[in-house]
Amino acid sequence: MLTTNKKRLRKRHRAETRFRAYGVLSLLVAVGILFTLIYSIVTHGYSAFYRTTLLLDIELDPERIAVSPPYSRSALMQGRYSSLVKRGLYALFPEVTDRRDRRELTALLSPGAELAVRDYLIDHPDSLGTTIVLEVPMSSDYDQLYKEHLPRSGENLRFSEQQLQWFDRLLQEGRIRYRFNTQFLFGADSRYPELAGIAGAVVGSFYALLVCFLLSFPLGIAAATYLEEFAPKTRLTRIIEANINNLAAVPSVIFGLLGLAIFLNVFGLPRSTPLVGGIVLSLMTLPTIIIATRASIRSVSPGIRQAGLAMGASPVQVVFHHVLPVALPGTLTGTIIGLAQALGETAPLLMIGMVAFIANVPATPLDASAALPVQIFLWAESAERGFVEKTSAAIMVIMMFLIMMNLLAVIIRSKTQSKVE
Amino acid sequence: MYISFSKLVVFPAVLTVAMQAGIANARDQIQIVGSSTVYPFATIVAERFGNRGKFKTPVIESTGTGGGMKLFCQGIGAGTPDVSNASRAMKTSEWENCQANGVTEIIEVAFGNDGIAFANDKKGPKLNLTRKQLWMALAEKGPKPKKWNEIDPSLPNAKISVLVPPPTSGTRDAWNALVMAKGCPEAIKTADKDSCEMLREDGAAIEAGENDALIVQKLEADPTAFGIFGYSYLENNRDRIQAASIEGVEIDIDTIQDYSYPISRPLFFYVKKAHIGVVPGLQEYLNEFIAEDAIGNDGYLLDAGLVPLSDAKRAKLQKDAGGLMVMSK
Repeated sequence: MLTTNKKRLRKRHRAETRFRAYGVLSLLVAVGILFTLIYSIVTHGYSAFYRTTLLLDIELDPERIAVSPPYSRSALMQGRYSSLVKRGLYALFPEVTDRRDRRELTALLSPGAELAVRDYLIDHPDSLGTTIVLEVPMSSDYDQLYKEHLPRSGENLRFSEQQLQWFDRLLQEGRIRYRFNTQFLFGADSRYPELAGIAGAVVGSFYALLVCFLLSFPLGIAAATYLEEFAPKTRLTRIIEANINNLAAVPSVIFGLLGLAIFLNVFGLPRSTPLVGGIVLSLMTLPTIIIATRASIRSVSPGIRQAGLAMGASPVQVVFHHVLPVALPGTLTGTIIGLAQALGETAPLLMIGMVAFIANVPATPLDASAALPVQIFLWAESAERGFVEKTSAAIMVIMMFLIMMNLLAVIIRSKTQSKVE
Repeated sequence: MYISFSKLVVFPAVLTVAMQAGIANARDQIQIVGSSTVYPFATIVAERFGNRGKFKTPVIESTGTGGGMKLFCQGIGAGTPDVSNASRAMKTSEWENCQANGVTEIIEVAFGNDGIAFANDKKGPKLNLTRKQLWMALAEKGPKPKKWNEIDPSLPNAKISVLVPPPTSGTRDAWNALVMAKGCPEAIKTADKDSCEMLREDGAAIEAGENDALIVQKLEADPTAFGIFGYSYLENNRDRIQAASIEGVEIDIDTIQDYSYPISRPLFFYVKKAHIGVVPGLQEYLNEFIAEDAIGNDGYLLDAGLVPLSDAKRAKLQKDAGGLMVMSK
């Protein structure tokens, strides 16, 4: 009798230990997956924040640029700079004279090199006629070679023997520099990986989220407050409540279709703009905000309401002066989580034309623009090898924003909560 | 704090008014939709065009050829795209849809060629295949062999596993038209032409999505697997993947240009003539795209993997499209 009891007890203890082990194991698996993901993204992506440049002596000859006085900004924009850059490079390799060899030589330069010269001249119009020393971007293949992302030997190499020799010589002479890639952080998208930047997508996402916030936050709070505090509990309001909950579970691509049918086709709003993107995303975040706000209004102690009413405040005053301020932390948390979800959405944006190549940073929400997840999608699809690191770097940027938003939610919650208490 | 809540409710109304103000303006930026195969070329042209500083860089959406045609043929006006890229010629049904919606004058520009590569990882064997063999390996109506050497003893003793593009992609359309339809036995062709193009559903042909980079990774993991790529993708990744020769012909610029490589096709874009002179820069964009600088034998699109037209065809194109000649069907 006693032994069976002991046995049973031991069995139960073993079961408990096993259960704990399972728990620890699943936690380890989850952490392991997360770590692998972050590790692979960071190791692939960190190099995108740097790029290789080439130090060239460039003679700013007005005749070659084909500009004549007065040297206005628009005249300088229209100038021809490609021969200036090429001459700067040829000067370093005077022994290369054959036309075909020279073509191989200029493959070291990015198409952005001439733009760098143009932009320099526009900023320093006085330097026209002088010889300047300028760092110009190298083409993506050599950037990748420097970063050891492309092989130096093997079959079907992307470089010829002499191109590798030239590259090594430039490296020895100290003409190749490895610089922080400001263009990646502050530029817009480009078809050339070494020139592509994330700012267009970041600003586009910012405008879309701004529109989304301005629409869904007030509407969400108004709807939630009315439903929770003022609406009569009839069959109709119950149906509305159920539908709001359903709406939160609708696949996001459907909101995109709705946006296409109503905002673009009926209202004729401009395609590919953060304005429409924000409106569509707000349809998605509205239910999240309503549900979060209602939950936090419901959790406000009835004592606060009763105390307000007892002091002679009207129901509207009670709601606005007492209930909503107390419910605010929960509301804001819900809003931020809703916005963070919206930040990561691609499917609804596909329908309204935000999945597009846009080479300008949008100035207003009415300009065509991409968004962060869209940019990741577009770069991941590109054939050029240089976009592999850009894709991972863009993922790093969007994750940083998501972490910041979630952190903000945590801070707001802890700050306001302690104040209310 | 309480005031802000009632004030915030007013914002949507303000925003709506602001919206109305913006729409009335006509468009000053070219809008382009269409094929994901043409997208890399069109974007390069657009970027160069924008860098000139005279006009804004066009907005280019990668919607797929069919989706682009649908948008393009919706009608004339600022709400519709100006240009549609296509990895195949406009279909008669699409042409009729365009006509019905008032898009009557369309400039067709066949600006270059593309070849489709049947490629595997460099660790795997290099194959020489015929379209008939490819059809047998992939068709639903075919013999459905498990291994390549069941089709022909000279082929390797390896499992048939091919990652194919999704049905929405122009590459799949071209693959169907150039390989599946051509390699199909006459008996099946006469009975039911469409059934020739049906792919196996027993796991030998795996639909792999449009992301070529991902497909290359999968090929790396499984050297017996094959993928289907556009030529520009192959060209950029020759150090990782190798293409099978088709009917003894290797895929390269020359064989695609003279169509001796069997899976070659022309690439197109279509321009609305009614929008030229209305949308600023549209004429200039067209000129930029068909210039020798872009699509010539030394042009910058060649670096991106475009296969140029033959000199005669290119000269004719530059004359016709430069003169804004409209197409007829």
